[in-house]
Amino acid sequence: MTPQDLIEKITARSTTADCIVIIEQSTEANLRWAESTLTTNGMIKSQSVTVLSFVEVEGGLSVGASTRTAVEEADIEVLLKESVEAAYASGLADDYMTLLTNHQVGDWNAIHPETGPDAFRRIAPELGDMFTRSKADAIELFGYAEHTSKTTWLGSKGGLRLRHDQPAGRIEVTAKSHNRSRSTWAGRSTRDFSNVDIASVDQELRRTLAWQAKRLDIPAGSYDTILPPGAVGDLLTYAVWMSDARSAFEGRSAFSKQGGGMRIGEKLANVPVNLYADPSYKGLESGNFIATSQSSSHVSVFDNGYELGKTEMLVDGVLNSLIQTRSTAKLTNQPFTSFGDNFIMDVSGATGSTEDLVKNMKSGLLLNTLWYIRMVDPQRLLLTGLTRDGVYKVENGEVVGAVNNFRWNESPLELLGRIVEVGGTTITQPREWADWVQRIAMPALHVKDFNMSTVSQAN
Amino acid sequence: MQQIDADFLALPLKACAETAINTATSLGASHVDVRIERTRTGMINLRDSKLEGQADDTVIGIGVRVIVDGTWGFASSPFVELSVAEQLAKNAVLMAKTSKPLSTEFVSLAEEPIYKDQVWVSSYAIDPFSLSSKERLDVMVDYSNRLMNSDYVSHVSATTMYVKETKFYADSRGTSTTQQRVRVQGFFDAVSVGDHGFESMRTIAQPAGYGWEWMNGSVYDWDTELAKLPELLHEKTKAPSVEPGKYNLLIHPSNLFLTIHESIGHATELDRAIGYEANYAGTSFATIDKLGNLKYGTPLMNVTGDRLVEHGLSTVGFDDEGVKAQQWDIIKDGVLVGYQTDRRIAARIGLDRSFGCAFADSPAHVPIQRMPNVSLQPDPNGSDLETMISDTEDGIYIVGDNSWSIDMQRYNFQFTGQQFHRIKNGKLVGQLKDVAYQATTTDFWGSMTRVGGPSTYLLGGAFNCGKGQPGQVAAVSHGCPVAYFENINILNTRMEG
Repeated sequence: MTPQDLIEKITARSTTADCIVIIEQSTEANLRWAESTLTTNGMIKSQSVTVLSFVEVEGGLSVGASTRTAVEEADIEVLLKESVEAAYASGLADDYMTLLTNHQVGDWNAIHPETGPDAFRRIAPELGDMFTRSKADAIELFGYAEHTSKTTWLGSKGGLRLRHDQPAGRIEVTAKSHNRSRSTWAGRSTRDFSNVDIASVDQELRRTLAWQAKRLDIPAGSYDTILPPGAVGDLLTYAVWMSDARSAFEGRSAFSKQGGGMRIGEKLANVPVNLYADPSYKGLESGNFIATSQSSSHVSVFDNGYELGKTEMLVDGVLNSLIQTRSTAKLTNQPFTSFGDNFIMDVSGATGSTEDLVKNMKSGLLLNTLWYIRMVDPQRLLLTGLTRDGVYKVENGEVVGAVNNFRWNESPLELLGRIVEVGGTTITQPREWADWVQRIAMPALHVKDFNMSTVSQAN
Repeated sequence: MQQIDADFLALPLKACAETAINTATSLGASHVDVRIERTRTGMINLRDSKLEGQADDTVIGIGVRVIVDGTWGFASSPFVELSVAEQLAKNAVLMAKTSKPLSTEFVSLAEEPIYKDQVWVSSYAIDPFSLSSKERLDVMVDYSNRLMNSDYVSHVSATTMYVKETKFYADSRGTSTTQQRVRVQGFFDAVSVGDHGFESMRTIAQPAGYGWEWMNGSVYDWDTELAKLPELLHEKTKAPSVEPGKYNLLIHPSNLFLTIHESIGHATELDRAIGYEANYAGTSFATIDKLGNLKYGTPLMNVTGDRLVEHGLSTVGFDDEGVKAQQWDIIKDGVLVGYQTDRRIAARIGLDRSFGCAFADSPAHVPIQRMPNVSLQPDPNGSDLETMISDTEDGIYIVGDNSWSIDMQRYNFQFTGQQFHRIKNGKLVGQLKDVAYQATTTDFWGSMTRVGGPSTYLLGGAFNCGKGQPGQVAAVSHGCPVAYFENINILNTRMEG
């Protein structure tokens, strides 16, 4: 049975006030390697079907959900029964709003565009060559490449028929040499691998391993630091995740104003930084409608089908909006500002690369990636984490050697107020959050007084 | 004893496995294993006692893994059908052959006896999915209301997750197992908003390998914990901010389990120690050359790995490579003596047999080496909690886990908690706030000078341990007693950044 047929059958059999069905069909291929040899691989097909049943109760609607993979004719009644039972148990939904009806997006009838091992047809031999060259030079390679294709269909008894195809891919490589005393990492985010240049990955890894020939041990402390785009993305991801308006409104967020209210309108950055989601951003195209199987403070099932447009969280360094559902927008008396499936940070007119920022730095550190990032103090959005796979000392615009790793404690919100220089925005890949955040564009940042709390012996 | 769900047994388990094994073998596979799995996960989230979100997800499917000419191949599908099983076997062989040019390691597996038609079910009384949505929701609303009714509590976030995992395994050697296990977790986070900004405190009830009896109060004493929480939160809001420096720490199992997880559990995964996770989760300082000679901690330190303990989150009858569950030493009298292994990694270092740590979190993922229950053993003659406190002249008693972070070789870590009680002259004299402890693994365990007795031993754990690419999650328990550590670095988190 096709996904479209499934949706028609489920919505036709639904007896409740409305019924939304979300089907996600995906295909994936992946390769993983360690010590320059393949360790695992996979070719994965999956399909999940979520049924949201909306039941009339006093004051509005209640909702219940049930999700299954591999749904066939016999499972339809089970999904409907489970979701209706959950809806009756739930009572009037806290986020109840009128549901959208009779709206179409995308080519509803098209089949899912599958991906598979062919996605690696061009890069696999190049990777093989890279393994061979690396072995000859006593460099060990560890890494991962994946390509996924996901199609989302959202249909409802009320006439919603929306569909989106989302390709995504990445490759990341860790290189170690000199008995693993040197370690570096490079990653590339892509939609289809056509723009992935394995030679440039190899070159980048070899250049940064060479920077580690000279090792300088330095103590913990506050250092002027350059964060490349991927590291900026890892830090800001946490800030975006914590930026729901309801928590701020209730006084339990770093975006709450002391004494009540939200910090909307407050200047957070000392340079005119913009932070936004935009489904039409070139190279990071993403779904332009809401499709969610579960409500949270960030998203509501009652908003399913609503358009995701450009949402500006920071405009010229000023907090412009927080993540809202229609329900929380009403509660907080603010516009409905849902947040899409990508995010971008930029400063108008900024153009420099990470290397350009290094050239402009008199003295400080350049780090490669951030790792094991966790919340320490939600009042300030204070995060902790480690530097990983390369921290370099910069003197008079040049890298002069590698230094030890650090544990750091920093707040991305407070860092925005200590920016020395901003680079141009590029599509990049976060290190830690790559499983969750696949579409970001970030600039490199030179920030003042990054708090390296203690030295880590790891390399 | 509970039985394996009849509707799972009604699936064409053996027929699909035989089809996949025969197909892959005929195409040149020297090893084939087939997993047919169904995992049902329920979740309820409440915000201020009102339902915020609810989910009931069932994942089902087949995963077929092969070795062809020393190279792995894997394929999976959500459809449990004979024709699909046959195609998956072909796809897995194709993946192995396609991947051969990138493979220089010739994969072999450690030997294991053959177990035919084995059945195992975990120890639980109430299948959470046998209850109505209302029955589960009523418990959550009741507990949330108890907190919301306090003048000290402004908001409450509550969540419960309950999982039933049913798994059939068969391999080309002749082993076949069918298993079912259930796990449950529930957390209630009370928030106070006021002139102090906001402060929160979460319940310390641990995720456990129980059924809904864990949530309804038949096993865990929710009444007492929920009754005490508002007052403890109120005290925390008024508590002084900690003065940074060196402190002696008495750490409750509800906090120490996570330190064990990060600094021992992950550090003694053999695949990490060799380098298989170097690109993602990281490696380990506890490399293979240190086996038998690394002084991990004081001689009071005895750590075991096991997949046997009743109600453990990593407890099974057989792992995802058909290896029978075991218990073994990882650290003995403070010295590293063992690792966690799967069959491939055990063979690589010449072990006769795997310790049975292979696990895949879904039919769509390959089994990798995952953590067993890794536990710090109590001192058989050790003290109870009250004596441990009264024997402490000056220190901080830490209860409940919160923030956690450790480096990629498992040296440097930083943890916070839920409650930090100052101890002076053997008495608790009030809470502190803004506390984080930071240490290097072997220094930390080398400072453990007292280990509590069996009466202080608790099984903690987590549902969400991440590892591997593509990412996989696993649930794991860690048992430990209350333990005492000397001269640990304490940070004031307000002064950081």
